[in-house]
Amino acid sequence: MTDQLTTDPAKPAQRMRAGSMSITLMPWIIASLLLLFLPFIFQANSAITIMNQMSITIIFALAYNMLLGQGGMLSFGHAVYMGVGGFACVHIMNMDDFFANIPLPLLPVFGGLFGMGLATIVGAFSTRKAGTVFAMISLGVGELIAACSVIIVAFFGGEEGISGDRTYGMPFFGVEFLQQIEVYYLIAFWVIISAALMYLFSRTPVGRMANAVRDNPERAEFLGYSARWVRFYSFVASGFFAGVAGALFAINYEILTEENLNLVTSGQILLVTFLGGVGFFFGPILGAIVFTLVQTVLSLQTELWAFYAGVLFVATVMFFPGGLAGVLMMHVPAMRLGKAKLLVVPYIKTLLPALIGILGLSALVEMVFHFRHAATGDHEMTLFWTTFDSHTLLPWIVAVVITVAAFWLMRMNMPGMVAAWHQANTVGKDRA
Amino acid sequence: MKDMNAATTPALHIDGLRKSFGKTEIIRGIDLSIGRGERHAVIGPNGAGKSTLFNLITARFPATAGKVELHGQDLAGLAPYQINRMGLSRSFQITNIFSNMTVFENVRCSLLWSQGYKYSFWNLVSRSRELTEGADAILEQINLLNRRNLPAGTLSYAEQRALEIGITIAGGADVIMLDEPTAGMSHSETDYIVELIRKVTENKTLVMVEHDMGVVFGLADYISVLVYGEIIATGRPEEVRGNPKVQEAYLGAALEAEH
Repeated sequence: MTDQLTTDPAKPAQRMRAGSMSITLMPWIIASLLLLFLPFIFQANSAITIMNQMSITIIFALAYNMLLGQGGMLSFGHAVYMGVGGFACVHIMNMDDFFANIPLPLLPVFGGLFGMGLATIVGAFSTRKAGTVFAMISLGVGELIAACSVIIVAFFGGEEGISGDRTYGMPFFGVEFLQQIEVYYLIAFWVIISAALMYLFSRTPVGRMANAVRDNPERAEFLGYSARWVRFYSFVASGFFAGVAGALFAINYEILTEENLNLVTSGQILLVTFLGGVGFFFGPILGAIVFTLVQTVLSLQTELWAFYAGVLFVATVMFFPGGLAGVLMMHVPAMRLGKAKLLVVPYIKTLLPALIGILGLSALVEMVFHFRHAATGDHEMTLFWTTFDSHTLLPWIVAVVITVAAFWLMRMNMPGMVAAWHQANTVGKDRA
Repeated sequence: MKDMNAATTPALHIDGLRKSFGKTEIIRGIDLSIGRGERHAVIGPNGAGKSTLFNLITARFPATAGKVELHGQDLAGLAPYQINRMGLSRSFQITNIFSNMTVFENVRCSLLWSQGYKYSFWNLVSRSRELTEGADAILEQINLLNRRNLPAGTLSYAEQRALEIGITIAGGADVIMLDEPTAGMSHSETDYIVELIRKVTENKTLVMVEHDMGVVFGLADYISVLVYGEIIATGRPEEVRGNPKVQEAYLGAALEAEH
């Protein structure tokens, strides 16, 4: 890059965009319309289930990123706030007289309050320090509460968990939420509300100071803010929205178990958030969408989906620490210069072979898995719409050749892509 | 704080201050009074304890003995944010800004508390005209308006130091403490920063630590010379410069430090 890319503060439009963080409504309107019309495109019940799962994960991941991305707090036990919110809501569902007077769409408020209540108690001591101390306390509290689930059976229902029935609530304008699609719109409503509130939170004084404390707690203290209290408020707010996600989980699945509290779930949300990108508000949304698709769609295709999810995570951490959102936002300067189109052909020339190479590699992984773990005598496997015998040499040779050739092609085209990248990000006339 | 003898209470009063790290005594009994509206420079060779003194005053380290009073109030045991709210603001020797935020946001964050926003989560910062205009006014003072929307981490070293000073003064504190604000700068950059400091500390109390006497000579009303944890002279710049004890100790120690 020869020239630094700068926004010109003299132009009011750019001043608004970069400096004062004006609230543009456009992304919100698009997201709302998308949520409104998605069920008309994907009508299958299984698709609705996936979208519900996705929306719940989006809220949870956004809540998690209030800590990780906005506040610089790495939590290993955030599932407990979602879980406790969810458990509380199942109990409310089971309180017949009380629940009969509550419209179901209001239930997430209760979930949120329970999540927030727990976060207030835990945050009171865990937010004193960030960094390792905070991470260790979150891990300890997470494990503690997960362990409670088998001890305090009255609340957590032991190993089988507790279940309820969402339809016992007060009918909401005649809707009793018997259908998946009704639940879909309830969850969609809460996704928009929660995301908007979390976005606005990041634009308040305490939200801005959360960023300041994340970057430099000592400096923030010399600006009059107690780093600890700033962390505490973020933590409590995050607990509220995690609780909302838990309530929606309770509404959608009508059952909560120990799994909703344990460290696996806590680790998963860290993975989702990081995959999407912690540096941008919309990062966790991308992460939740991609991860849910991997978890649901890919898991139908292969038993090894968790392996691929793990590889994706490691690759993200190593090569794209900004996550998916970071990769997208990398292209903004080129877009502003109007040079993004320079990248299209080089991208296809490099990334298409890369994709084929990755698919070839995964084919080899699948073949090894089949060769080692299929029932004895079962030599036939189907991969990419082709059926073959995994115990003969030919499929192996084909897979290896395709993989090696694809990666070779990728390497050959890489310098061209790098050159195009620099050109697209340089101010001034193109070199003809 | 604003009592009857406010005019006579020094802005900062240091009494018998001592600090040891293990067996080594770094600050060996310092008494110093800095009046309101005074620009006071503490100079001394490397290793004299300037930064330690600075960190003791701002309660970053607890003192071994003695006390520090700001407007007549003891600062012992107070957290940095409490001291800041009492009207003392400091910069850091190592540039200490929020490097992932824009230059504008750096300054805006430093205005929040003084404008009474506290831990508010019901106001949007972008909606406040006072915040935006206030931050822009500071940026204009420190000549960074043309860098307004850049991430602070991408500024040049001198610009980051200027931003650091901007953040320090933005909250409207009446006692400003600067820790070697010109460290690592070229001559022209140093002149620029000194001029900037003069401008932004108008009518405020300034306490500034500096290695080089030349830098503060035209700026400071009073100079204290710190050598091996003790103040060997305090006075008007001309007096201090002419003081043979200072010349000897300062030059001697400086030569020693170079070897």
